[in-house]
Amino acid sequence: MRELLEILEKNARIPVPELAAILQKSEYEIEKDIERLEREKIILSYNTLVDWEKFGDDTVTAVIEINLTPQREVGFDAIAERIYRFDEVRTVYLMSGNFDLLVIIEGKSLKDVANFVATRLSTIDGVTQTRSHFMLKAYKKDGVIVDDEEQDRRLVVSP
Amino acid sequence: MNWSDRLSNSVQSIAPSGIRKFFDIAAKMQDVISLGVGEPDFVTPWTIRESCVYGLERGYTSYTANRGMPELRAEIANHFKKRYNLSYDSDREILVTVGVSEAMDLAIRAVVNPGDEVLIPEPCYVSYQACTILAGGVPVSVPAKIENEFRITPEELEPFVTPKTKVLLIGYPNNPTGAIMEREDLLKLADFAERHDLIVISDEIYGDLTYNGVHECFAALPKMRERTILLNGFSKAYAMTGWRIGYALSNADFIGAMTKIHQYTMLCAPITAQVAAIEALRRGEKYMKKMVAEYDRRRKLIYDGFKNLGMESFEPRGAFYIFPNITSTGLTSETFAEKLINAEHVALVPGTAFGKSGAGHVRCSYATSIEKISEALNRIEHFLNRGKSHV
Repeated sequence: MRELLEILEKNARIPVPELAAILQKSEYEIEKDIERLEREKIILSYNTLVDWEKFGDDTVTAVIEINLTPQREVGFDAIAERIYRFDEVRTVYLMSGNFDLLVIIEGKSLKDVANFVATRLSTIDGVTQTRSHFMLKAYKKDGVIVDDEEQDRRLVVSP
Repeated sequence: MNWSDRLSNSVQSIAPSGIRKFFDIAAKMQDVISLGVGEPDFVTPWTIRESCVYGLERGYTSYTANRGMPELRAEIANHFKKRYNLSYDSDREILVTVGVSEAMDLAIRAVVNPGDEVLIPEPCYVSYQACTILAGGVPVSVPAKIENEFRITPEELEPFVTPKTKVLLIGYPNNPTGAIMEREDLLKLADFAERHDLIVISDEIYGDLTYNGVHECFAALPKMRERTILLNGFSKAYAMTGWRIGYALSNADFIGAMTKIHQYTMLCAPITAQVAAIEALRRGEKYMKKMVAEYDRRRKLIYDGFKNLGMESFEPRGAFYIFPNITSTGLTSETFAEKLINAEHVALVPGTAFGKSGAGHVRCSYATSIEKISEALNRIEHFLNRGKSHV
């Protein structure tokens, strides 16, 4: 099962018959395995990593550090949920160290994002402080180098 | 003036590599999928490259000791102790070379006298015969059989033994067949070598690329350490082909003799590559294992693919080659490879490039992405179907 996950994590588009050959199982078994992993939410989703900038979009990404006052019973979870429910919020992590939540937000413009932080995030009960950092350039995303200039330089045929 | 008849006899007696023609055809095409490449498709792991860059920044640009940097030899000794419980004295029994290619040349030149015979199981890597001839030796090809999954047996070798036989030269895991030798196969060879008092040159460059089992090092077999010249390197396991770095391990006499040739012809292996090789042994193993796992996946995919195409092949257990039989097409391996590249733009290498016993087979390298392997298999299927409709 681990190997199936490792393969799909790198490339979710490998057809089932090929997965079956690689993992030496039947296609039916592979389909069942995938179904189970999806049902158990071990596979969360199949995403495509898009370079939107190259496509022509000007999006703004901000990393926001948020400090919270933890609440009785639920700690940080209830506030985290209020935050991650927003579509603008791409990622939310609970962190150790100088702040509590690390939130990544995507918006159309600087103003857009700043506005969202000011009116939606800072105003949430329990949020005591926010610090916004705007992203300037992505070099590597989720293990993928954005502008990778490495290429196959091998001879076509060699002994 | 025709200079060609002024060439030495030994060089004239070597045939040029049979691969060149396919290289020329493929070079003119845009969308070639190549299963003809005998090297990893990965680039060298970054930690290894970075250590070389750092080395250059700190001024590692000089000659090194003829035998190689002491740190590198120590790491090699350490590696063989850990992996195979084999002890080599890093001062006297290890020589760092410019790839296994140089090590092979040195080993043969160090032990072969004019007229000495070298037993070479075929199919095999292209340099074995050539190096033997250049050393004045006589290569004696011994065909391995597909029925034995291209493993060589003493029974097959025995008829070729003469009083002049001095060396047995083996290369497992094998390029081009993907064959490996199990421990019991090697033990029989060890017994054979001892009975005929042969020197064994064992090219184990693909050793780390062994699937469904572990590689058996020939020198680690009982009583074989002394009579074996063990050759290995970094090219295949660490994706470092272009660095040209390998090594030889043997008794102090053999290594001393090889070092003598090496010091006059090569002086030392490039220091940049030696610095990188140290890093490969110190921190490269996890990256190597990842690459091996990926080759293994591709191996299963391509083996399954050829089975479905009805092209007979045994399951390759080492290196990154599969060696399917193409005789059912009615074509020779040369014509098959040539027609395939022209019709479907898939490059592979005819088995005959690796010796006569490779006839009827082609070598396909699966050191390429899963997507490309799938596409190549589709194209080969198309080619086979088209062939049928012509009949």
